Amino acid sequence: MAHVFFGYFAGMIAITSILVVALRNPVYSALSLLVMFFHVAGLYVTLHAEFLAAVQVIVYAGAILVLYLFVVMLLNVKRDDRYHSQWRIAAFVCIPLSIEFLVLLSGNMEAANHQPVSLLVEPHAADNTLAIGQTLFSTYLFPFEVASLILLVAMIGAIVLAKRDIGENETKDMTRAPGAQ
Amino acid sequence: MTVPVSYYLILSAIVFLTGVVGVLIRRNIIAILLSVELMLNATNINFVAFSDHLQDLGGQVFVFFALTVAAAEVAVGLAIIIALHRSKSTINVEEFNLLKW
Repeated sequence: MAHVFFGYFAGMIAITSILVVALRNPVYSALSLLVMFFHVAGLYVTLHAEFLAAVQVIVYAGAILVLYLFVVMLLNVKRDDRYHSQWRIAAFVCIPLSIEFLVLLSGNMEAANHQPVSLLVEPHAADNTLAIGQTLFSTYLFPFEVASLILLVAMIGAIVLAKRDIGENETKDMTRAPGAQ
Repeated sequence: MTVPVSYYLILSAIVFLTGVVGVLIRRNIIAILLSVELMLNATNINFVAFSDHLQDLGGQVFVFFALTVAAAEVAVGLAIIIALHRSKSTINVEEFNLLKW
């Protein structure tokens, strides 16, 4: 049963991730990425990571993808007719990677299938969210604070970058303000 | 009964390679950012698979952090795209050659 679920989710993830790259229209790419995110969330559920599955749907599918679609439609992007002209460099990078992948695939994968070594926290406890919260706020408390700082910096950076010419607008407003009154 | 962890490694290798190919061959800068998201998701699948395999919650916490970084990356990246589109009115990466040698 677990194999059936894994096969379905893995197949859909692989197909939709290839579609993300292959489709020319950015809106279709973003929509197939949305399908992929939902299937990754399903894969997380089969891996006993229910909290991450919920977060995957809420943050990736709910926030990040909406942001992408918003920008695609804001910029009114037309479909690009051909791929990048540096496909030779792409082939030069990707063919060795694919060969490595095949070599690893044909090699002995049993080395990765050791028995579990450590039982620090019990992930199969009744409440996955509770266990993650306890780990996050005890062992990983400092990285958690740093993550909040990253979000703050990203928010300020996005506002500053996307705002239309801050200095110009202010001076324009100041010169316009007396005339308007 | 349980799926071996090597299957998850293969899946995430496929997704990661797709992302690398997408970053290298697409000309639309939004599609390039979407391919970066593919690569981040490939690493996340690995993290969660090993978290389940080793019975250690650290992997899931790291996925949480990767998600934070992905959200920040998307916000800043899309802001840069909007600024680029405003100055050049295109989002084709071949037009942005100011920093090329």
